[in-house]
Amino acid sequence: MNKPLRRIAIFCGILILALLVRTNYLQYVRADELNSRDENRRVRIERYAHERGNIIVDGNPVTGSVETKGSDFKYKRVWKNGAMWAPVTGYSSQAFDASQLESIEDGILTGNDDQLFFDRTLSMFTGGKKQGGNVVTTLNGAAQKAAFKGLGSKKGAVAALDPQTGAILALVSTPSYDPSVFAGNSDKDSKARQKLLADKDKPMLNRALRETYPPGSTFKVVTAAAALENGLYKGIDDKTNSPLPWRLPLTTGNLDNEGNIPCENASLREALRWSCNTVFGKISDDLGNQKMIDEANKFGFNEEIFTPVRADASVYPKDNRPQNAMAGIGQASNRATPLQMAMVAAAVANDGKLMQPYMVAERQAPNLDVIYTHEKEQFSQPLSGENAQKLQQMMETVVKKGTGTNALINGVTVGGKTGTAQHGLNNSENPYAWFISYAKTDSGSPVAVAVVVEDSQANRDDISGGGLAAPIARDVMKAVIDSKK
Amino acid sequence: MSVVTNTTTIGAIDAPSRRNTELMMMGFAIAISVFAYANVGLAIDGKLPSGMFGYGAGLILLGGVAHLVVRKFAPYADPLLLPLATLLNGLGLVLIWRLDQSQRLIQRAEYLYGEYSPDAPKQLLYSAIGVAFFVAVLVILKDHRILQRYTYISMAVALVLLILPMFFPAVNGAKIWISLGPFTIQPGEFAKILIAVFFSGYLMVKRDALALASRRFMGMYLPRGRDLGPIITIWALSILILVFETDLGTSLLFFGLFVVMLYVATERTSWIVFGLLMSAVGAVGVASFEPHVQSRVNAWLDPFAKATMEQSDQIAQSLMAFGSGGTLGTGLGQGHSDLIMFAANADFILSTVAEELGLAGMMAILLIYGLIVERGVRTALAARDPFGKLLAIGLSGAFAIQIFVVAGGVMGLIPLSGMTMPFLAYGGSSVLANWALIAILIRISDTARRPAPAPAPSPDAEMTQVVRP
Repeated sequence: MNKPLRRIAIFCGILILALLVRTNYLQYVRADELNSRDENRRVRIERYAHERGNIIVDGNPVTGSVETKGSDFKYKRVWKNGAMWAPVTGYSSQAFDASQLESIEDGILTGNDDQLFFDRTLSMFTGGKKQGGNVVTTLNGAAQKAAFKGLGSKKGAVAALDPQTGAILALVSTPSYDPSVFAGNSDKDSKARQKLLADKDKPMLNRALRETYPPGSTFKVVTAAAALENGLYKGIDDKTNSPLPWRLPLTTGNLDNEGNIPCENASLREALRWSCNTVFGKISDDLGNQKMIDEANKFGFNEEIFTPVRADASVYPKDNRPQNAMAGIGQASNRATPLQMAMVAAAVANDGKLMQPYMVAERQAPNLDVIYTHEKEQFSQPLSGENAQKLQQMMETVVKKGTGTNALINGVTVGGKTGTAQHGLNNSENPYAWFISYAKTDSGSPVAVAVVVEDSQANRDDISGGGLAAPIARDVMKAVIDSKK
Repeated sequence: MSVVTNTTTIGAIDAPSRRNTELMMMGFAIAISVFAYANVGLAIDGKLPSGMFGYGAGLILLGGVAHLVVRKFAPYADPLLLPLATLLNGLGLVLIWRLDQSQRLIQRAEYLYGEYSPDAPKQLLYSAIGVAFFVAVLVILKDHRILQRYTYISMAVALVLLILPMFFPAVNGAKIWISLGPFTIQPGEFAKILIAVFFSGYLMVKRDALALASRRFMGMYLPRGRDLGPIITIWALSILILVFETDLGTSLLFFGLFVVMLYVATERTSWIVFGLLMSAVGAVGVASFEPHVQSRVNAWLDPFAKATMEQSDQIAQSLMAFGSGGTLGTGLGQGHSDLIMFAANADFILSTVAEELGLAGMMAILLIYGLIVERGVRTALAARDPFGKLLAIGLSGAFAIQIFVVAGGVMGLIPLSGMTMPFLAYGGSSVLANWALIAILIRISDTARRPAPAPAPSPDAEMTQVVRP
């Protein structure tokens, strides 16, 4: 009977071995995967087990943590002026996970990031309390406030950049939401979030990064850059070959201008000043779809931008001739995020060099040691320094004596471009009012900004980038310049 | 196996009793448990738990009594079985006490039942009764062969125990419980031992018929039709358990036990092949129409599926507890295995081991169970009578299969079933039955290792020269 006994012993050994292998598989091979699952409440318990690190603007935190009772989450996230900062910070909710910076920088904020390994180990031995690190942003509180106030109850978005570094200075989306209302874990939080999600104005949509609009006439800046870069026209004051009226290629209709403006064979400078559809439509057609796509891509179109918060890809698609001509004036299937249009203005302002936009300047360990500093990085060079300066002159003319006079600031050189994008079936809905601009001082350009106002109660004829959006852009630029003094 | 019991060489070497080894190991087992207890207190409250002295004293008392009884009534018994069981029982108490402190579980109990009562004191009581069982078995059962007389009574009692739960309401979907007033009993745990006794007695008598009368077919010895009777009966019973009590684990345990013992008794591999085929057919067949079994299988196949999570997230929670433990674990009292909620300290106690003691602790616990099985198999090898051999292998085989079924279910290796980890998990039936099981193994090992009585002087002794190496 001993032979089968030995075999049974081996069989029992195999059973135990199978369990040993399985536990190794679960606890070693799959540990990370199991540990980071959405279903795993430990992730959230850990996230709120300690005071969460803060997101810092201008040296002051715009976030905080308060202790809570009655659940397994010890702390709750709170925001200072949450509605204004939500497009930057995102939310961090005990019940509903986190978004944007709160999610991307979760490792630093909870103190679990590998970069903090040394601190963690040290505090384990010294018995220190575990703490999260801070995330220092590039944002400018005054500019953010100016943009938020400027948009007020209107629906829209503002993105402002430092053209020389790519630092994001303002990022506003209205209507906004206060992430504090659903930061907790109760029914009340759940209802508040449901209400926000059901709101038809989409307050939780980050319009500055995640909504693409038809760019309207502001896109003419890109078209002008393409004309100069491809050598279609050399001088900005030379006459262009632009008949008026101009028939949209392969169609029976004319491309009209807004009103009776001097566009026939107008120079680039004059064409931008008056916002001539015929001139820029023809430039786009003369260059052809591929060259327009190439130039748009250099400005950042057709790819997602990570700031590190993801911005949707703006698009300039392959299209037929008439559509491509219309796209040259921003009225076809090309679409852009406010951040994208701010990048366009920034590239021009920075003499043709487009810097990678970013909003995290530093990461700090819990003891405030800086463990990461952003190094500025060039994204691309959409146009040469020479051509950029030509384009600057054109945009400055727009503000001095064109459609953008509302953006003038005393003692500062401002360049800009207005835009009024039609949309809806047969352009039936309120157009989008656009304004993109930059300010320039002796030490280069400190700020470039894009403003879009989605709709308004105002009479639709009155909606123009110059009237609605330019004053907001001016206030944002002024806030940045004043804060540098 | 040999029916010739001894030759003159065996008795001449004086077998050591190993009782002092056992005593030392008991010291270890109790020290580890008390240390773990202190650990939990320090982690949760930041100070040594006030109940530590009482807990330590209780364990020393239980362990001491058990050891003294073994010293007196089974002096040649295997020295490892008792310390291993004590260690598991002690650690189990610590884990249950740790889960008693869980705010989550306290809130849940207050919400569901309006009141909360800790389980650790009850488990300590069960452990005391379990050790009393252990003592009683060793004192009363002077020789395991006495059990052979109760072959058919065991069968009858076992059948009653297995059938009874069908008449009681299902708990968490499976009908493996009977409730008597305030107590609930899991009769499967006791039936396990009785069935092993019955199979041993039955197979010892029938094994020759089952082994020898066979036809050869495709290189295998197939049993005759009429000898297939018993295995088909047991198979049918397992299927009935599966259908009416909807518990895959219990069903697998009994059928596996029978196949193992049949194979040992007859030495015919064909029984294993038959057994595997039949259990596969049975399991697949029942799973195809029994919704409870189906849902268990689905939960096993995809524990994180939305449908599964809505029904019960236990397996998913258990897997995540394993993952969170990692290599070294969070430390006792610092994990969140209580997220499993229902049966966290019973069926799912291993998840707490995995999360708080980590991969290291999990391997240690599994190896302790492995060691118990190994000592049981060794006892079977050493036993001199076929009944003892069969009983020892049956009990250790059942033990091994139960470990596999429960741990495998908790780890998502096989579908979950409603049994518990012996000694570690909360539950009176389990503790009582397993202490009794260890007592029987100790009794068999004592008989096996006991020096044979000096042989009667053989008439031709002087003519035989024993050559010693």
